[in-house]
Amino acid sequence: MPEMVSITIAGFLTLGIMSFVYKDNPIYKFCESVFIGVSAGFWFVSIFYQSLLPQLTDKIGLTGELADSALAYYRQSSSLASAQWFNLIAAALGIMMLMRLLPKIGWISRWPLAFVIGSIAGLRLIGELQTNIITQIKESILPLWAPQYVDGSLNLAASVGQSLTNIVLVAGILTGVIYFFFSKEHKGVFGGAAKVGIWFLMVTFGAAFGLTVMSRMSLLIGRIDFLLRDWLHWLG
Amino acid sequence: MRKPLLAVPFASLFLFSFASAQAPPAPVTNLEAKDTPNDRGEQVDLSWTVSPDENRAANPVIGYQILAAPAPDSPFVPTGTASAGSKQATAKDGLKNGKPYYFKARAYAMDSSFAESEVAGPAVPKGQWWNTKPNYTRIFIGMVFLVGAILYNILRAKKKELYIRPIAGINAIDEGIGRATEMGRPILFVCGLGAASDAATIAAFSVLGRVAQKVAQYQSKLIVPSYDPIVFPICQDVVKGAYINAGRPEAYSDKDVFFVVQDQFPYVAAVNGIMLREKPATNFYLGKFFAESLILAETGFQAGSIQIAGTDELIQMAFFIVACDFTLIGEELFAASAYLSKEPEQVGSIKGQDWGKVVFASLTILGVISVFLESKIHFFSLFKKLFVAE
Repeated sequence: MPEMVSITIAGFLTLGIMSFVYKDNPIYKFCESVFIGVSAGFWFVSIFYQSLLPQLTDKIGLTGELADSALAYYRQSSSLASAQWFNLIAAALGIMMLMRLLPKIGWISRWPLAFVIGSIAGLRLIGELQTNIITQIKESILPLWAPQYVDGSLNLAASVGQSLTNIVLVAGILTGVIYFFFSKEHKGVFGGAAKVGIWFLMVTFGAAFGLTVMSRMSLLIGRIDFLLRDWLHWLG
Repeated sequence: MRKPLLAVPFASLFLFSFASAQAPPAPVTNLEAKDTPNDRGEQVDLSWTVSPDENRAANPVIGYQILAAPAPDSPFVPTGTASAGSKQATAKDGLKNGKPYYFKARAYAMDSSFAESEVAGPAVPKGQWWNTKPNYTRIFIGMVFLVGAILYNILRAKKKELYIRPIAGINAIDEGIGRATEMGRPILFVCGLGAASDAATIAAFSVLGRVAQKVAQYQSKLIVPSYDPIVFPICQDVVKGAYINAGRPEAYSDKDVFFVVQDQFPYVAAVNGIMLREKPATNFYLGKFFAESLILAETGFQAGSIQIAGTDELIQMAFFIVACDFTLIGEELFAASAYLSKEPEQVGSIKGQDWGKVVFASLTILGVISVFLESKIHFFSLFKKLFVAE
């Protein structure tokens, strides 16, 4: 019985959200408010129990226990290990964020923001260089003639196919980079190369669009299946 | 009559005890411990010869546990595990730099019986300032070049105006603000679902500042619903600062720049509702977007808004191109931010990155040539070794 009630509520809420396709209406407004309210409440509780407690109060010893026996053993000689101090810094930054609520000292909240943005941007610089530049260069260095051998003899069709793939890939990357070069106007040969680059981009976007639309269709089918099978039992 | 009945459990117990006596596996041998190279410390690499009982039919070894202690006669505590077949593992739990540790490996059989190896060590975990792997050296060189190029160009931009080519869609920003003013309807600005540290979100802040200043000058209305709790106060500060710069601080209201919820589809439901109720004349979607991009853009289209989008998310660009009037593709978003603000820091960054692109394209071309000519010309062989090989 409780399951039936929850499925019925889910069914009505699904139809309520879908009614948006017709136009904005009171049922949609109600479902929207429920959706936002439930989500906000859920995330508050989730962050409190999954982030604040285990990451802060448990680690500084206010709540919980040090679950890891190894850590417990090596920390027994010192009252507060170095890893725990870091959590106190994070707590201080969090409290500084709340200073926004006090207009006279609201400027303090800019410091943790600056810390978060600056430190993460710095950390990401290395990752971006590694994945988007160094690895990209290495993956782009391909032979324009790529002979393919089967049982020791040259397979011409496969070789031409692989070589064309490599040529398209290298040309696509280079012309794409030219399109995103902002220091020179797109004119002449340079402009022509940039135009080829945007064509490569558009073909990529088209493929991505088609792929994602298909995955969205499967989501829609899943929802209709829920309505017709789980809720209304019209399907076996 | 009772004796035979009692004999059965006693015999079983005897047989079980005999079988259990056979169960403990042979320990691992040749256990060695040494500091993990190229790390921040607090780790020790261990290697061993596996237990010969890994492949026995009855009660085989199913895994290993690494134990550590500060002295051979101290109690050993677990610091890592390894599955059967592994010949090495990294001990990292609870180790501190500069302190010596002794290690044991415990081979566990299926019935939880185990055998401990000889003690290995001491090994002292240490951190290294320099990662000697070739890939990291390349990253370091790339970083020094890129950061140097950006700093140099920022200095140049402070002395004179540097050229950035016009980008389609930038003019549309001013047109969109003008349209909203003429129609007496608000402007909706969505900074996406990214974190405040995402490059796309940072670029969105810059455009938001520009839009907010124009909105303040034209005495129109700007609505900024935020998804991320860190992005939200930054948006408030940016808009407030823009209103002050425009000389209309009294026109700013915290109610127009607000936090909605940090959950994707509830956020979308809320923004869709705003679009249909407030009927904004112009919608800006700048920042990081995911599955919600098409839902937002389609709703904006239904509401009759002019839509300007920009993101660095490849898949979502396709949706924005289809459903919006103007789309800033990938890095165009960052360039737009620099183009609009004319700030030396941003213009210098774009210029420095352009230098990086020249190097990137040159290295790619040289690499492709080197694949052909490495056996004929020594330079290309050297190039391939330096830039392509692991």
